[in-house]
Amino acid sequence: MSSTTTPRLDVRKTYKLFVGGKFPRSESGRTYEITTAEGTFAANAALASRKDARDAVRAARAAQPGWAGATAYNRGQVLYRVAELLEGRRAQFVGDVAAGEGVSAKKAEELVSAAIDRWVWYAGWTDKVAQVAGNANPVAGPYFNLSVPEPTGVVAVLAPQASSLLGLVSVLAPVLVSGNSVVVLSSQDRPLPAVTLSEVLATSDVPGGVVNVLTGRTAEVAPHLAAHMDVNAIDLAGALGADGITWGELEADAAENLKRVRRPAGETEGDWLDTQSLEAILAFTETKTVWHPKGM
Amino acid sequence: MSKFEYAPAPESASVVDIDSSYGLFIDGEFVEGSGAAMKTVNPATEEVLADVAVADEADVDRAVAAARRAQEQVWGPMPGAERAKYLFRIARLLAERSREFAVLETLDNGKPIRESRDVDVPTAAAHFFYYAGWADKLSYAGYGSEPRPHGVAGQVIPWNFPLLMLAWKIAPALATGNTVVLKPAETTPLTALLFADLLRQAELPPGVVNIITGAGPTGSALVRHAGVDKVAFTGSTAVGKQIAKQIAGTRKHATLELGGKAANIVFDDAPVDQAIEGIVNGIYFNQGQVCCAGSRLLVQESIAEEVTERLKGRLSTLRVGDPMDKNTDVGAINSAAQLERITTLTQAGQAEGATRWTSDCPLPETGYWFAPTVFTDVSSAHRIAREEIFGPVLSVLTFRTPAEAIAKANTIPYGLSAGIWTEKGSRILAMADAMRAGVVWANTFNRFDPTSPFGGYKESGYGREGGRHGLAPYLVEGTVR
Repeated sequence: MSSTTTPRLDVRKTYKLFVGGKFPRSESGRTYEITTAEGTFAANAALASRKDARDAVRAARAAQPGWAGATAYNRGQVLYRVAELLEGRRAQFVGDVAAGEGVSAKKAEELVSAAIDRWVWYAGWTDKVAQVAGNANPVAGPYFNLSVPEPTGVVAVLAPQASSLLGLVSVLAPVLVSGNSVVVLSSQDRPLPAVTLSEVLATSDVPGGVVNVLTGRTAEVAPHLAAHMDVNAIDLAGALGADGITWGELEADAAENLKRVRRPAGETEGDWLDTQSLEAILAFTETKTVWHPKGM
Repeated sequence: MSKFEYAPAPESASVVDIDSSYGLFIDGEFVEGSGAAMKTVNPATEEVLADVAVADEADVDRAVAAARRAQEQVWGPMPGAERAKYLFRIARLLAERSREFAVLETLDNGKPIRESRDVDVPTAAAHFFYYAGWADKLSYAGYGSEPRPHGVAGQVIPWNFPLLMLAWKIAPALATGNTVVLKPAETTPLTALLFADLLRQAELPPGVVNIITGAGPTGSALVRHAGVDKVAFTGSTAVGKQIAKQIAGTRKHATLELGGKAANIVFDDAPVDQAIEGIVNGIYFNQGQVCCAGSRLLVQESIAEEVTERLKGRLSTLRVGDPMDKNTDVGAINSAAQLERITTLTQAGQAEGATRWTSDCPLPETGYWFAPTVFTDVSSAHRIAREEIFGPVLSVLTFRTPAEAIAKANTIPYGLSAGIWTEKGSRILAMADAMRAGVVWANTFNRFDPTSPFGGYKESGYGREGGRHGLAPYLVEGTVR
């Protein structure tokens, strides 16, 4: 038998959506071509439809009470576990980020490290937010009175267009801290780190439906999320640099059910290296104040 | 047993001087308004109290310009300790002139003098006193070591607590270094205008607070004005949504304190006497014209009949009539338009099949009145169980299990407040956790305090007023490293 020198053909991954803990294709059957920063073919990603967005919201709504009802300690452990798994996939993320964002391997390493460290930073907040953002109120009467932050509910997150992993983590992790569930729409042209992150989440202890990841055209999917009456809040970071849509239009859509809106910090996407904040957590919380009389 | 009769105990209106006409308070002066003047009416008598100026877009522009100058040149650069002293002064002046303000509030709004005297005015003064102390302690508030004001705040307030809502808006804005253009409600401008006079006594620098009167178009012009950095609105959810749309895509910040349809949940182990008083206070306080009113009574099935009957008995003793009488429990509805809305929704309640009971108390001949009303046999789908009536009308629904109570309480788009009545502590805490509402009163209802944050979940709006949390909407977080 003559041996040939045919090189082994690699097995490519099918990039799918992540909804309710499962990996469906778009119900529309559509995909779109993703290229590297240099313009070479990288993958075909699922092109999410309005129906996919609705399904993701439904999954997020179903998962939200359980996630909010978990103890803060438990949420902290579950989120920290995600960071452990991110570290294990470091090489893949570095490759995705370098190819998609067109940065050097060294820069990609820095961005991935920052993303993992950021996830750890937020994981540590779960059982501290109420202590820092809540307080007892000394009312002028015989009453116990306490204010505490609670999760807003289902949050739509438009992930930044340019920073495909660090930007994504910077807007996703803080929303999860207090117990919100999330529908995240990835960067339109650089969705691969988001899909890889969804694979990390699927094998973590984050319950299915707490994070749902859509890939597709921002201008097509974002208006449905902004207008959806069962979404409580939206982060518009990814509206910057998206073709065919502005954050102001989406904010106007969001007014229909008075969604809490986190606007982009500027008019162009900034550097995400120095952006972790308590404010990012509190933007998606509600303050509840409870009164009770005191008496013998 | 014969009923005790109450002799009339009228408060004197002579304590306050009402001018025949009022201008706009801009840059420390009363000036003419450019729009056609409107009239404000005593809703208990339908008598015209005064002509009030209407601000048009040019007037709004002047007011915002005055606020901007004052913010940049005087109020913003002023040390917090000095701002604090102005606010303490205002608090003291309000207390000193409390009788005047209470009488004027009752004349213009129709609420019982007992409420304006014991709740509205003292709570308004307390609000200024509380925020006065924050003005030089903002670096301790948790918003960075050097938090900054937004600049000019445009504030639009409702007619149900005219002076108190003014205090909720102006006190935190001034404490944080913002200046203000405030528009009181069309039907209740007088205490805001008297407050302008108080500001002159306080020698507050011109332009720091500007008060412009008018109706919806004036408020809309203020919200849309490019020179306004921060919008604060209390009012209906419908208008709140319009405002959210109007400021979309701008860098304006907003606090929206909107409608409600609170569930007041009574379990079978509740202290029933206290609960009855709490239910009455929850929905008949201020004629039920309260965004956080306990307008949906959810009562556990096993005690529903007992609670409903005792409630009707208690309601029959409420005295409805002259708001200036110190014995009056329920005063006048604020306007003909509001009375019309209450009437329409109660008619819908009857048409949809709920059972109506209305107190047979006598009502005055003139003025706007609505007798305390209770609907039983109400389902969650009825309009009277979903829409904010903003009147002395209670809808009674029943439940069997805590899970059913939670589901019914949270099923509506509003989420401002909720009440829980039970003697079981662990149930109180679990129910409080389950309520999707910004304020939860357990074994009490309708308590307010300057130190206690107030504001809604969902379509009841966003942002908090009161307490440390009430500073946040007026500050830009900032840290010097």
